[in-house]
Amino acid sequence: MSVTILAIAEQRNGEIKKTSFETIRKAREIADELGGSLKALVIGNTINDAAKELGNYGAEQVVVVNDEKLTHYSTTGYTKVVSEIVKKENTGILFLSATALGKDLAPCVAARVDGAVAADCTELKVDDGDIVATRPVFAGKALIDVKVEAPVKIFTLRPNVFAAGEPSGSEASIEEQSVDISGDDLKTKVTEITETSKGKLDVTEADIIVSGGRGLKSPDNFYLVEELADVLGAAVGASRAVVDAGWRPHDEQVGQTGKTVSPALYIALGISGAVQHLAGMSSSKYIVAVNKDKDAPIFQVADYGIVGDALEVVPALKEELTKALGK
Amino acid sequence: MKIAVCVSHVPDTETKVKVGSDGKTIDPSGVNYVVNPYDEFAVEEALKIREKDGGEVVALSLGGDANKETLRKALAMGADKAVLLKDDSERDSFAVAKGIAEYLKSYEPDLVLVGKQSIDYDNLQVGGLVAEFLGIPSVSVAVKLEIADGKLKAEREIEGAHEHVEASLPCVIAAQRGLNDPRYPSLKGIMQAKKKPIEEVDAAKAESRVKVLGMKKPPEKQPGKIVGEGVDAVPELVRLLREEAKVI
Ligand SMILES: Cc1cc2nc3c(=O)[nH]c(=O)nc-3n(C[C@H](O)[C@H](O)[C@H](O)COP(=O)(O)OP(=O)(O)OC[C@H]3O[C@@H](n4cnc5c(N)ncnc54)[C@H](O)[C@@H]3O)c2cc1C
Ligand SMILES: Cc1cc2nc3c(=O)[nH]c(=O)nc-3n(C[C@H](O)[C@H](O)[C@H](O)COP(=O)(O)OP(=O)(O)OC[C@H]3O[C@@H](n4cnc5c(N)ncnc54)[C@H](O)[C@@H]3O)c2cc1C
Repeated sequence: MSVTILAIAEQRNGEIKKTSFETIRKAREIADELGGSLKALVIGNTINDAAKELGNYGAEQVVVVNDEKLTHYSTTGYTKVVSEIVKKENTGILFLSATALGKDLAPCVAARVDGAVAADCTELKVDDGDIVATRPVFAGKALIDVKVEAPVKIFTLRPNVFAAGEPSGSEASIEEQSVDISGDDLKTKVTEITETSKGKLDVTEADIIVSGGRGLKSPDNFYLVEELADVLGAAVGASRAVVDAGWRPHDEQVGQTGKTVSPALYIALGISGAVQHLAGMSSSKYIVAVNKDKDAPIFQVADYGIVGDALEVVPALKEELTKALGK
Repeated sequence: MKIAVCVSHVPDTETKVKVGSDGKTIDPSGVNYVVNPYDEFAVEEALKIREKDGGEVVALSLGGDANKETLRKALAMGADKAVLLKDDSERDSFAVAKGIAEYLKSYEPDLVLVGKQSIDYDNLQVGGLVAEFLGIPSVSVAVKLEIADGKLKAEREIEGAHEHVEASLPCVIAAQRGLNDPRYPSLKGIMQAKKKPIEEVDAAKAESRVKVLGMKKPPEKQPGKIVGEGVDAVPELVRLLREEAKVI
C-alpha cells in the first residue's frame, strides 16, 4: 500500500499563510520520493477558494473542513478534526508548519492518533524508505537527526527554512468533508483575537528583521529602528536587555528565551551578541551588525559589519536604502 | 485547588554544547544544570493561584536524582510538595508526558502548569501530550491567566496577536515569559526547602518514539567582513546587500 502524506495548510482570516506553501512544497517532494501521494487539509469557515491555491505548491487534492465553529482556532476542536481526517484518510504521515498553531496542535493530535512528533524540523530527507528529520536542540547549539517510530509520524517544519518555490498555476481539487464538533470538542474556545503589534509583521514571519539593543541608548531612539524596518518592509526585533528594561514588548524578543528566527536578512543594531541572543538568530541567512565596539561578539556571526555609532549609522542607512529601493 | 507544576532540569543558557562520546547526546562534563527558565513562570503562577484561592502546589520532575536540585528550587520558591518521577534512562517528550500523565491520573489535579518549552530539547510538546493523555484541554504559550468560578480564561501568544481562550477545568497551561515575574526564593524558603522531603516514585514505563540517530554541531558561521567604520561605510553596505547577498 502506498503512503499518503497529509499536510495541514493554515489560514488566518481566510488567507493561507505563506509558511503553509513551504510545508506543502516539502511534503510534495517527500511524497514523491516515497512514491506516495499528498493531500492537504484546510480547516476554517468558507475557505474553499483559498484552498484551491494550494495546487500551486504541489497539492492536487485538498480536503476542506468548513464549520462556523472552526472560524477561529480551537485546540480541542482542531485536534478533533485533524485526528478524524488522519483516521479517515488512513495516513501515516502528517506535516504541519511549526507556527503557533502547528506547535500547539501537533502534540495534541499525536496523543490522539497514536503518533509522535519530530518538532521544528529544519531538514527532511528520505533514507531507505523512511523520513529522517534534522532538528535544532539546545537553542540551535546542536542538531539531531531523528526517526519517528510510531503509527502516525508527525513533522512540524520551521517557517522560513524550506522554499515554497514559484506557483505553478495549477488549481487543486477540493473535497469537502465534515466532522462533528460538539461537547468536549469545544473545551477550549477562542473568544477574541487582539492584535499586539497593530498590523505589524511578527518576527517569526518576516523575511527581514531589524533588531535593536541597549546600544540604542533610550527607548526614544527606537523610532530609528522602526523607520529602517519600514523602508525594508521588515519586522522589528529586540534583545532581552531592552525588553527587560521595558523599552520594547515581549513579543519582539529574539533569542533563547524569546523567538527563534531565520530570516533572509537580520540587522542587529547596538546588540552585543550574547550567546542567548545568538541562539535565536544565528541561522539567519545574512546578518548585518552595527556596533561601536569592534570586539563585540555579534561580529563573529555577522556577514557584514559596521563599527560605529548606531544613532548616526542608522539614519544614514535608512536614507541610502530609501534611495536604492526607489522609495 | 490542587495544582501540579512540572519542572525540567536543563543545561543553563550559557552552556557551550559539546557532542558526547556516544554521538547522540551532549557531553555533560562542565555543564551547569538549572531549573528550566519557563518553568519558573509556571511555579510562580501556581503559587499566585494558591495564595489567592488556597490549595496545594506539588512540583513534579521526571528524571534522575540530579532533578532533585530543580525540585528543591521549586520548594524554595514555595511549592508544598515535590515528587521525583524517577527514571535514569533517556526519554523523549512522548515518554516524559506518559510518565507525568500516569502520575497525575491518581493525583487528580484541578490545574497543571508546565513551561512553554524545555530549553534542552525544545519540543514544546509535554503540555499538549499530558493534556490529551488525561483527556483535558490545554492552553500553550500563555501570557495571561485568570481563574474564577471554575472557569478559566487565558491569553495565548500567536504571531502578532493574542488569542483570548476560555477553557474548562481541569486544564493544562503552558507558561510563557510575560505571564508573571517569578519570585526569588527567600532565605527562609531555601532553609525550609532543605527540610522538606522529596517523594520518589518510579516513573511509569513508556517507550520513546523519536529516536535520535546522531547529534552534530551546526556548521560554524564564518565571521564576515567589517565593511568599514561609521556613516562612510553605509553606501558600500547597501551595495553588498544588493549585489552580493541579493537580499534587498
Ligand atoms: C536565562 C537567560 C536567558 C536569556 N535570553 C535572552 C534572549 O532570549 N534574548 C536576548 O537577546 N538575550 C537573552 N539573555 C540576555 C543576554 O545574556 C544579554 O544580556 C542581552 O542579549 C544583551 O542585550 P544587548 O545586546 O541589547 O545589550 P548589551 O549586552 O548591553 O550590549 C549593548 C551593545 O551595544 C553596543 N553599543 C553601545 N552604544 C552603542 C552605540 N551608540 N552604537 C552602536 N552600538 C553601541 C555595545 O558595544 C554593546 O555591544 C538571556 C540571559 C539569560 C541569563
Ligand atoms: C541524557 C538525556 C538524553 C535525552 N535525550 C532526549 C532526546 O533525545 N529527545 C528528547 O526529546 N528528550 C530527551 N531527553 C529528555 C529531556 O531532558 C526532557 O526532559 C524531555 O525531552 C522534555 O523536553 P521537551 O523539549 O520535550 O519538553 P517541552 O515539551 O519543550 O517541555 C515543556 C514543559 O514540560 C515540562 N517538562 C518537560 N520535561 C520534563 C521533565 N523531564 N519532568 C518534568 N516536567 C517536564 C516542563 O514544564 C517544560 O517546560 C533526554 C534527557 C537526558 C537526561
